[in-house]
Formats: sequence, structure tokens, C-alpha cells
Amino acid sequence: MTKQLDGRKAFITGASKGIGKAIAHSFAEQGAEVHLNARNKNDLEALAEEIRGRHNCKAYVYPCDISNPEDVKQAFVNYRATNRQLDILVNNAGIMQNSLLGMVLPEHILQTFSTNVFGSVYCAQLASRFMMRQRSGVILNIGSIVGEEGRSGQSVYGASKSAITGFTKSLAKELAGFDIRVNAISPGMIETELLEGLAENKRLEAISNIALGRIGSANEVAQVALFLVSDAASYITGQVIGVDGGMAF
Amino acid sequence: MTQNSRLYTVFAEALGVQIDQISDELKYNSIPSWDSTAHMVLIAALEDAYDVMLDTDDIIDMSSVVKAKEILAKYDVVV
Ligand SMILES: NC(=O)c1ccc[n+]([C@@H]2O[C@H](COP(=O)([O-])OP(=O)(O)OC[C@H]3O[C@@H](n4cnc5c(N)ncnc54)[C@H](OP(=O)(O)O)[C@@H]3O)[C@@H](O)[C@H]2O)c1
Repeated sequence: MTKQLDGRKAFITGASKGIGKAIAHSFAEQGAEVHLNARNKNDLEALAEEIRGRHNCKAYVYPCDISNPEDVKQAFVNYRATNRQLDILVNNAGIMQNSLLGMVLPEHILQTFSTNVFGSVYCAQLASRFMMRQRSGVILNIGSIVGEEGRSGQSVYGASKSAITGFTKSLAKELAGFDIRVNAISPGMIETELLEGLAENKRLEAISNIALGRIGSANEVAQVALFLVSDAASYITGQVIGVDGGMAF
Repeated sequence: MTQNSRLYTVFAEALGVQIDQISDELKYNSIPSWDSTAHMVLIAALEDAYDVMLDTDDIIDMSSVVKAKEILAKYDVVV
């Protein structure tokens, strides 16, 4: 039986946990060869092992900090040593630090933008070179509902995710001539480590703002990611798709 | 094929022009077919042909064929 991503090679950042991990599993299940990035090498190797065992496919690891352009370059040089083709890039790695504006430190702004925005740009820059050569490819960025709607206490995180929206829409136009599609997913509240430490009252308050009345799962985001990178979405580019259960702040 | 003609072939194919239009003196943006989009196609073609991955600074600096030779030499490519 043919699978949706048979013969495709996908590079996924922030793949070791949460949404990235669910995306890696869903792509591998659909026949993709997955190339996994995060900072922690042990986590990545454990995931690669799990994926190989569960989906009987190839999985490789590229531990590096995507906020460091030199490290990203080295990861893609390593990728290039054995691969000439790259079909899918998922810019998923991201960090979230909450604070009211008066308590935002310069290093907090830098860290957030370096990972959430600059890292995505570095990866897209290098991945798109493979895709331009092939004249095909898909880049999927993970934004956030906070970047679309805004949220108190998340001005810096929200700004970094709004940047992802602008990046997605502009890059979609720039790369369309090469048949490279660029889209983003804008998740609402998704059950991952990112939400750890959220006080119970805040959690309940957030759920009361979700039309479907519950927090989403990483797999629910992964299923939309799978659709967007597959041929089923061949006429979709420059879009930001909300996966948020009807959340409103 | 000499090294020079190999480089010229890569340039000609990437820019979609005849090989006799390529010379060391040819400069970025001096002909319609070497615009910014074609420049990215050219970079991809050079990387493929010479098995290198260029730095962003070098992509920006590659302002002529002769400059491309200089830059490729930094990556131990003999042109
Ligand atoms: N969960 C939500 O409710 C939610 C909502 C909206 C948007 N999002 C977005 O969805 C994406 C994934 O979130 P998540 O909830 O799955 O987060 P998570 O569970 O905290 O996982 C984040 C992943 O990114 C990696 N990572 C973090 N910084 C990195 C860096 N500098 N370089 C490389 N990898 C890095 C982490 O591994 P290492 O620590 O080993 O590097 C981990 O694999 C993020 O962009 C986030 O902003 C999440």
C-alpha cells in the first residue's frame, strides 16, 4: 500500500518532544525518512530508535541549537554529506517564556527571537537551497495563536510568532516560482512540556476560552502538519492554519 | 573538459544562456538572466557541481564569474 510520504525526506526541528515528536512519528508512519533535530542528543537518539522500531523506516539525528547559525550550517553540511534531496522542512523548535512587559529582560527577548525566528530563517535558508535545486519542496513553520491574537504576558513570545506569520507569507511568495510551498500552523493550547508549570487555575481559565472545551493533543497538530506537507495540499501556500479548538482570548 | 569550461557550463546552464555569453568578466545583474532569482539557482548549481555548501556571505559576494572562482577556491575547489 502506498503511503502519503513514501520516498520523501523530512527535516524536523525541535523533534524530540511534544508537537515535533508527534510530527516525526506521523511523517515516519506515512513513509517519510525523518531527520531529527533538537539540542539534547540523548533524547533525539531515543526518538530515532523508537521511530525505526515502530515504523520500520530510516531516522537520523542532528543535535544542535538552531539559534546558532554556525551549528545550523554544520547540521546541514552533515545532512548534505549523504543526501542530495530534501522534500520537507518543519520549523517547529520554539521556546516560550512568559512575563509582563515591565519584567522582560533583553536576554529573554534575544533568546526568544534567536530560537523562534532566527533559527527558522537559518534552517529555511539552507533547506530551500536543496528545494530550489529540485524545484519542489514544502516548508512548514509552527507559529502560535498568540502571534495571531495576542495574549497578556506573552508580548515577546507573541511578537516572535507574529514574525513567523510574516516570514511564512513572504517566503511563500518568494519560493512559489520554484514550486516550493510555505505554510504555517498556528496551534492553540496543546498538551506538551511547554505547558508544564501552568497553574491549575490558569489552565481552567484557558480551557474556558476554548470552544471545544479541552486542550488539544500534539497528534492533532501533527495530523494537520501531515496534510499540509502532503500532495493533498498541493494548492495551499502562504497560509496560516489555526489548530486551536476554537480558542479566543 | 577544462576546469574553466566546466565552470562556464555550470554558469550557462544555471542562467539559461549560451556558453559563449559566459566570461570571467561577466557580472551579477549585468544581463537580464543573472538576476537575484537566477543567482539562487546558480548557487544551487555550483554547490551541486562542486559538492560544497556556500556561506551566506559568499553567496552575497559572488558578484562575477571571476569572483566565483575566488570564492570556490576557499572551499578547496580548483577552478
Ligand atoms: N504547546 C503549545 O500549547 C503550543 C501552542 C502554540 C505554539 N506552540 C509551538 O509549537 C512548537 C513546539 O512546541 P511544544 O509544545 O512541542 O514544545 P516542547 O514540548 O517544549 O518541545 C520543544 C522542542 O524544541 C526543542 N528545542 C528548543 N529549543 C531549541 C533550540 N534552540 N534548538 C533546537 N531545538 C530546540 C526541544 O528540545 P531540546 O530542549 O533538546 O532542544 C524540544 O524538542 C513551538 O514552536 C511552540 O512555540 C506550542
